[in-house]
Amino acid sequence: MPSPIKINQHVAIMNIQLIAIDKSFGNVHANDHINMVIPSGTIQGILGENGAGKTTLMKILSGFYQPDSGRILLDGQPVTIHSPSDAIQNGIGMLNQDPLDFPPLRVLDNFVLGQKGGINLKAGKARKSLEEIQNKFGFHFNPDNYVENLTVGERQQLEILRLLYLGAQVLILDEPTTGISAEQKEKIFKTLVKLIKEGKTVIFVSHKLEEVEGLCSQVVVLRQGKVVGEAKPPYKTKDLVRMMFGKEIKLAERYSCKNETPRIVLKDLCMEDSRLQIKDINLQVCRGEIIGLAGMEGSGQQLFLRSLAGLVVPVSGEISVDGKLMNRKSYHNFQKAGVYYVPAARLEEGLISGFSLTEHVVLVEDQRGFFIKTGAHRLAVQNKIKNFNIQGKPESQVEQLSGGNQQRLSLALLRSPQSVLLLEHPMRGLDMESVIDIWNKLQDYCRQGSSLFFASSDLEEVMRYSDRILVFFGGKVSKALVAEKMSVDQLGQMIGGKGFERGA
Amino acid sequence: MDSNTLTSIAGMLALAAPLLFAVIGETFTEKAGLINLSLNGTILLSAMSAFVVATSFNNIPLGFLVGGLVGMLVALIVAFSSIALKQSQVAIGFVLTLLCRDLAYFIGNPFMGSPGIRVPHLPIPGLVDISYIGPIFFNQDILVYASYLLIIFAYLWIFRTRPGLMLQGIGEKPLAAYTRGINVNRLRYIYTAVGGFLVGLAGPMYSLSVKVGWKGSLSGLDGLGWIALAITIFGAWNPLRAAFGVYLFVFLQWLGIVLQPVLIDFPSQVLQVAPFPLMILTLLLVNIGNTEWVEKMLAQTPEAFRRAIKKLIRIVRSSPPASLGVPFEKE
Amino acid sequence: MKINTILLNIGFRILAIVAAFLFTVLIIAAIQAQPFEAYKNILLGSIGNPQKFGEVVRAWLPLIIVTSGLMVTYTAGLWNIGVEGQITMGAIFTTAVLRLLQDQSIAPGLILVLAIIAGAVGGILWASIAGLLKIYGGINEIFAGLGLNFVADAIILWLIFGPWKRPGVGSMSGTIPFKDTLRLPTLPGSPISIWPVLIAAFLVITIYIVLRGSYFGLRLKAIGKNIRAAYLKGVPTAKYMLGAFMLCGLCAGLAGAIQVTGVHFRLVPSIASGYGFLGILVAMLVNYQVLWALPVAFVFSTLNTGSIQLPIVMKLDASLSGVLQSSLVLFVLLFEGVRKKIMGKAGDG
Repeated sequence: MPSPIKINQHVAIMNIQLIAIDKSFGNVHANDHINMVIPSGTIQGILGENGAGKTTLMKILSGFYQPDSGRILLDGQPVTIHSPSDAIQNGIGMLNQDPLDFPPLRVLDNFVLGQKGGINLKAGKARKSLEEIQNKFGFHFNPDNYVENLTVGERQQLEILRLLYLGAQVLILDEPTTGISAEQKEKIFKTLVKLIKEGKTVIFVSHKLEEVEGLCSQVVVLRQGKVVGEAKPPYKTKDLVRMMFGKEIKLAERYSCKNETPRIVLKDLCMEDSRLQIKDINLQVCRGEIIGLAGMEGSGQQLFLRSLAGLVVPVSGEISVDGKLMNRKSYHNFQKAGVYYVPAARLEEGLISGFSLTEHVVLVEDQRGFFIKTGAHRLAVQNKIKNFNIQGKPESQVEQLSGGNQQRLSLALLRSPQSVLLLEHPMRGLDMESVIDIWNKLQDYCRQGSSLFFASSDLEEVMRYSDRILVFFGGKVSKALVAEKMSVDQLGQMIGGKGFERGA
Repeated sequence: MDSNTLTSIAGMLALAAPLLFAVIGETFTEKAGLINLSLNGTILLSAMSAFVVATSFNNIPLGFLVGGLVGMLVALIVAFSSIALKQSQVAIGFVLTLLCRDLAYFIGNPFMGSPGIRVPHLPIPGLVDISYIGPIFFNQDILVYASYLLIIFAYLWIFRTRPGLMLQGIGEKPLAAYTRGINVNRLRYIYTAVGGFLVGLAGPMYSLSVKVGWKGSLSGLDGLGWIALAITIFGAWNPLRAAFGVYLFVFLQWLGIVLQPVLIDFPSQVLQVAPFPLMILTLLLVNIGNTEWVEKMLAQTPEAFRRAIKKLIRIVRSSPPASLGVPFEKE
Repeated sequence: MKINTILLNIGFRILAIVAAFLFTVLIIAAIQAQPFEAYKNILLGSIGNPQKFGEVVRAWLPLIIVTSGLMVTYTAGLWNIGVEGQITMGAIFTTAVLRLLQDQSIAPGLILVLAIIAGAVGGILWASIAGLLKIYGGINEIFAGLGLNFVADAIILWLIFGPWKRPGVGSMSGTIPFKDTLRLPTLPGSPISIWPVLIAAFLVITIYIVLRGSYFGLRLKAIGKNIRAAYLKGVPTAKYMLGAFMLCGLCAGLAGAIQVTGVHFRLVPSIASGYGFLGILVAMLVNYQVLWALPVAFVFSTLNTGSIQLPIVMKLDASLSGVLQSSLVLFVLLFEGVRKKIMGKAGDG
């Protein structure tokens, strides 16, 4: 491998060329022979769904990962970037979606931390530098304010300033506008435009179509680890969406919800967490209906599901299940009412590593007496294994099962009858066979009357299986759209933020 | 104030000095993200070792060096077990505290009751003559003077220097520090070693100065390490506040002794265990904002109120280094 | 598990034991004493001596009671360092009841029963405080437990030197010893009483069965392995954790009661005798498997009892037993870490 060459940071030209970058994590081929040219003085947009490989590619460029094969050229010279500090020495700085800063420390401290220098902090000089670079781009940070008091948008801005001060010629922004206000967004965008006028390079990774279309000099679209297309302005949204999500797909048999008493009623529901606020949800869902929650991860689907599960107490509004008001009831009460939540993190939250299948079954079944009679449960375990087609023995420990079998187990552990099923990204990382199998089972449940909510970033899946769809975008939720009447285009655009009526 | 009282207060400051070393040492270690539960045993072991070495070779500085090294070694075992072997810091620290204590008693047994040598007093000419303050602060031995300086140095190092900023960084968010090019684990080893050395110095400060000699389980040193841990937490990982905690504790002890003839029935033990309720109170304030029931309660309050309360919690609580006790993995 | 893995595990354990042994030999030699003579004397002073053997058993019983209780909290993923204070509180409650009723005309047997129950209550109470601080205050049970240990120490000192002091001046030798009828009756010619044996047997067996074969035990185990997943699966985690604390406190309190009524016959400052911490060591050494705790605790009691006479016979400090016990656990932990590292490198799952 060629030895790393430090680029002279004062020469403000930085073309980036990625040649045949390949990276796999186990079975997942995150980056598949990616070739890309990013000219200096431009804002390169990278579009793609969750799992398309964008973040992996950026982490390779910024030194967090090493590619399995392929080369990176900066201004025609091959470089090896071993670590994040290598990257910044080569002039590449990356902004994470979750700011990697130090909330309990002050703005000035965050700005200075990591800069080379002697023991003496030279606070005076640092303040001046911060002020200079702030003024240049029109920001107004109080150096003594604590970072935890800043909003996410401000933290992003500070990080940009810091990277620029360290001499970054290339700025990578990964989903930078998640959870920030319009005003701050504008500020960041103005800064980016200023930067490219100076000849710097910006890589803008996003799923938000409007922003990408408005900001970027050119756009590359990734899907399933490969580069599937490029575009230059003027952008045609339809084309971008088609490249991101693929072609039209066949829709499955749909259950039509007859006019009956709704199973779940959400009235003026508002919920929030540290990042997002969801306001004024009004929804009625009947028995057997499937509601798909579409949108990129982090747009509020998890908050929504957890509120329905009783894990998050809504700020205001009402949740009724089967006519019963469920406000402020504990999570376990929701369970007793038949509301079941299956989290996305299978081994971290859904299942217990170190427990066998049998132990999981015993854990959730009704208690019969004080002592466990394994015999009584053996039948139950075997039935579940058979009914859900789980490849595993009763004694197998769950962490040894494949993802697909873990998910089957999670479903099998839900006690009937189930009024409401809340599934968070249920098919993530599963093999095709498991996906089909599990969906069959879920549709069975719905036919028997359970209502189902599921969050998925797979557009095809949402369209294929949902009766109605809620699209999430930065905490905003669309009205429930009838899936039959949606096209891939429309859905793709909404996921990208377009077509949200004000106040929907 | 008569000279007896002044001497008594001076004695109180001298008692505070070793505890200061221990608390500030552990503050460094915990600021970097590691918990060293072995303090209690370490202090006993370093006290004994320093005493034995100093008296055997008639060399006080050597005794101190040995004490510091003992502390450093024990702390490094904790660091190594956690960083390299990925074992629980709590478990290893707990075992070490017992082991070091028993080693101290066992190995020190033949030396019990031997006459000790004592660090000489070094009154600072000029300053010692200032009325009231002089005899209290400036008629001490060199280590007490060192403890004054240590507080200031530690504070300045952590909060006013570049390396100190890095230290705060690795304790708060090692991943972010790594992104900025900092070698997290290497720094953790270094600060654990330094912290351990300072804790180790506390031992000889007892056995060669304040409580000269080695009397095994009767030396009255058992328990000091736990108190140091409690004060470290109370000190909110800030050398100035930690020093306040140490002086407060020593003052309460002194008060207990002074008032004993006056308040015959008042349990002196109350004052002796004071650090612990204080520590529990501190921990309550640290964590109370995070517990589920508080969050659920807050969820039902109006938005403005909720934000105000959350801000208040953030100000009042003293946050431990966010990654305390958690080993660092690079993704 | 493959046979190779099991052999490797055992191999590392044995290595650790050997290392600990060598370590202590070195230490003894370092102070110019004879290591093997020391070991010989320990054995002679405990199981090698029919009279002392009874003392070993008498020390073994509270230890296994405490260790069994710790198994419960450990299964739930909790570090109950406060167990030492829970033993102390149990002893205090027992003494209080004995003092209260000793001059009443109630059958001594009944008084003893009440006193022992009071001990259990004391332990449960003290453990509950630590539990509540953890569950509702978010305070790590290590520091809460530590703080409560010190507070319990302060209380016992205050009682012994204050309200409950011997006539004249309070002293470290504790309160006035209780009269003969208020002591647990012992078997002829032996310091062992049948009651601690029965209590210990009952507790150990019950806890073993409960942890292994009951719904309660399974749910505790779930909490210990993944508290979040257990909660999501419907386990009332707060209730169960508090229950675990209380169960451990029950055991600790009973151990304290036994110490007062069967060993010291009065309240002394060191009534807990370090059983709390020793119990944690035993539990760590046997990796929290209840049955193995019995022989290991016996070895520890042997060491403790046997070392008592070391100062007299060899002018060595009795803390040698502590050195042996702690170094065993230390080396087991260290070698465990090495083993995991080597196995990890070999790509083993």
